[in-house]
Amino acid sequence: MVEEIGTTPEGDIIINVGPQHPATHGVLHLVITINGETIKKVEPHLGYIHRSIEKMCESLTYRQFIYVTSRMDYLSAHINNHACALCVEKGLQIEIPSRAKVIRVIMDELTRIASHELWWGAMAMDLGAFTPFFHAFRERETINDIMEETCGARLTMNYMVPGGVMLDIHPNFQKRVKDFITLYKSKISEYDELVTGNIIFQNRMKGVGYLSPEDAISFGCTGPTAKGSGVSSDIRKLYPYEVYDQVQFDEVLETGCDSFARYMVRIREMNQSIRIIEQLIDNIPEGDFQAKTKAVLKLPKGEFYQRVETARGEFGVYIVSEGGTTPYRIKFRSPGFSNLSALDQMARGSKLGDLVAMMGTLDLVIPDIDR
Amino acid sequence: MVIEMVIAGVCVIGLFAALGLVLVLMERRVAAWIQIRLGPNRVGPKGMLQSLADTVKLLVKEGMTPNGADKFLFNFAPFIAMMVAMLLMAPIAFAKDFQLWDLNIGVLYFSAISSIMVISILMAGWASNNKYSLMGAMRSGAQIVSYELSAGLSILAVVILTGSLNLNEIIQSQADGWWIFKGHIPVIIAFIIFIIAVTAETNRAPFDLAEAESELTAGFHTEYSGMKFALFFLAEYINVFIVCAIGATLFLGGWMPFHIGHWEAFNHVMDYIPSSLWFFGKTFFLIFLIMWFRWTFPRLRIDQLLNLEWKYLLPISMFNILLVTLMAILGWHF
Amino acid sequence: MSNNSNYKDSSSIPPLASGGGGASSSGGGALQYLKDVFNGLKSLATGLRRTLYYFTHHKEIITEQYPENRDTLNLPERFKGEVVMPHDENNEHACTGCTACELACPNATIKIITKFDITPEGKKKKALDKFVYHLELCTMCNLCVVACPTDAIKMAQTFEHSVFDRSELTKILNKPGSKIREGIE
Repeated sequence: MVEEIGTTPEGDIIINVGPQHPATHGVLHLVITINGETIKKVEPHLGYIHRSIEKMCESLTYRQFIYVTSRMDYLSAHINNHACALCVEKGLQIEIPSRAKVIRVIMDELTRIASHELWWGAMAMDLGAFTPFFHAFRERETINDIMEETCGARLTMNYMVPGGVMLDIHPNFQKRVKDFITLYKSKISEYDELVTGNIIFQNRMKGVGYLSPEDAISFGCTGPTAKGSGVSSDIRKLYPYEVYDQVQFDEVLETGCDSFARYMVRIREMNQSIRIIEQLIDNIPEGDFQAKTKAVLKLPKGEFYQRVETARGEFGVYIVSEGGTTPYRIKFRSPGFSNLSALDQMARGSKLGDLVAMMGTLDLVIPDIDR
Repeated sequence: MVIEMVIAGVCVIGLFAALGLVLVLMERRVAAWIQIRLGPNRVGPKGMLQSLADTVKLLVKEGMTPNGADKFLFNFAPFIAMMVAMLLMAPIAFAKDFQLWDLNIGVLYFSAISSIMVISILMAGWASNNKYSLMGAMRSGAQIVSYELSAGLSILAVVILTGSLNLNEIIQSQADGWWIFKGHIPVIIAFIIFIIAVTAETNRAPFDLAEAESELTAGFHTEYSGMKFALFFLAEYINVFIVCAIGATLFLGGWMPFHIGHWEAFNHVMDYIPSSLWFFGKTFFLIFLIMWFRWTFPRLRIDQLLNLEWKYLLPISMFNILLVTLMAILGWHF
Repeated sequence: MSNNSNYKDSSSIPPLASGGGGASSSGGGALQYLKDVFNGLKSLATGLRRTLYYFTHHKEIITEQYPENRDTLNLPERFKGEVVMPHDENNEHACTGCTACELACPNATIKIITKFDITPEGKKKKALDKFVYHLELCTMCNLCVVACPTDAIKMAQTFEHSVFDRSELTKILNKPGSKIREGIE
């Protein structure tokens, strides 16, 4: 229960931002203590969208539990599914066909771009500019159309299965991805014109939300939040999975440690994703898209952990198996939870308007935090 | 005399309602086209009746008053906003020889009355007994008081050149060319500062800190609903119209047609276009500018907003006044 | 690690202008002050030009007017709208009632009720009686379709599932009087 007092003994005002608030993008509840416009403390309250997904997974088989993870970080559903599929494959000790590996990586990177596109629009909307949101959705819808054609759904695809991918890629897939790359390259300069170069935007972002590299590590921040503070944390580089060790791409690092650095990391990460897709799209190997697996999957007794890089950071799946058809225990390490914990450190001493900008650069997806 | 006043009053109220509907529709259409959308297209032909439908919806909604609110001030604040907007309508010359009140200090009257607007916002924010509302009101107070200065100084540039506070005389002085063309660079600078300052004064994005929906949910009108909210909404749009009308009058010649020096034939053709069309054309051009800003720029932060005024706009407009004065004394304008 | 590259890197993305506007806050005399003002105004003008372009170019509009364009809506053939059981012209389906889909479903969406048919040879044979499908529980994960050994069910492209009564969402997929196609075991 949130206490009903409106002020602290020092005379500071306590404001409940959320769970219904335009800036929290969901049901995040922040109890903030402010003195005038200056923030003294930010206290996130969670639990409004807790669905106990980890517990649900324990009653589902190794094929079934994957679809639930799409509902956590719904903006990188493919990557969540991918992590689960990888973890199960690790337990089964099966090698998946190289065609499936490449398809998975292309899908992951398309998801990352789609996620960052939406973040870009929502971030600009947090700062009061509405137009970028619609412009970002134009490109994002193109990706969704590609996904819909191959996977049959736009948001919760359930395309990655243990052993490979559920269906082969659609015949139009390669052509449409190439069309998207052309579209993306022609539109990315508009992002700079509309938002990145804008002086109001730069002044709102530069120098606010400082998160030192030490703090980023101690809060367990990953993904663009850590990379913006110069902390190398890209799982694709550090612990490569699938074909990430065979493609050329740069880990994006910015040393600004502020909101603008985190913003630039995401914008540059989109370009790196395009680079990866460009290398792979013409080189999808022929062959099976799925390895032969038993009808009923049984993981050997033991513990298995697999981490991947989602659009928001490190996503980990930890499976404890007792040898049965369902997991004994499942734990998901979601990036949003750790990134949110750094918000208090970042926000102290800054203005109320900056809090919204910082939350925007953390790219919070609340169902991912609460699970 | 009484009949004249009644007719004028009815006209103003009619104009009010019509302007509100037109401007809301225009705003939605401008926003939609900039955002690669179609905009309203369901109610009436091409969605023309959309804002009428919205008004009817607001009219039949319950106007709630929160329990902890100061009931009198809470319900009174929207009416102050409306009254200010109506008072500001009085000295505007809508067409040749069509003016409700030709007073000899029209510019001063405009500056004085428009400052009262902030009282209604402060009143609404305080009486709502809501922290978001209070913060919005306080922001608005700091903002409007600051931006009054540079708005006033940029108006002063034209007053210096004309030598009169009477809006009619200012318009007459632009018969051989509008001030924005006659006044060279100093008047153009004054015009830019005027547009920025009035955007801030009317609480429009990128200066909409009093509302700032991503920070303060809805700012000073968080607790308002139904027709009371509609009055604030209407007052905002009427204010935008009025400041743009003033801008058009001072810098773009009001209802005065576009004349170039001694090109008699050209000037004669221009005179055939009705003067009211000139006035509304210029005003709506300025309104479009302000809407264009709103749908392009992100919002400023409160300290940056005050920085912009005190560190940039105010020094520049003070320096500009010096230039204008020099120009007026030496007679450098046409 | 990235040296053993199998793939050609042919990236041609122009590096982003990470600056753009002049956001320098450091002081530096009157010249710097004027430069800041000018660069700031220039960056604002760039954005305004972009929005003006879209304001005047209506062919860029991407709005889809959904209920009106229903006839021209082109849903991909893989779109997962609801589970259906295709019947051929003889009112025959391919479902053997093996319950593979029921077991594959994570949400208990499918319930298969079987009966025993008497074959012409006089033997008892398990056959499908009712294929009960709870659309209200379905998450369109496609696991049942993948699990089906005889391709008896597939995903349909319908997506307008709103009804006034929840019980209408519980469907029986096999048509009345239908039977299994010859030759499917």
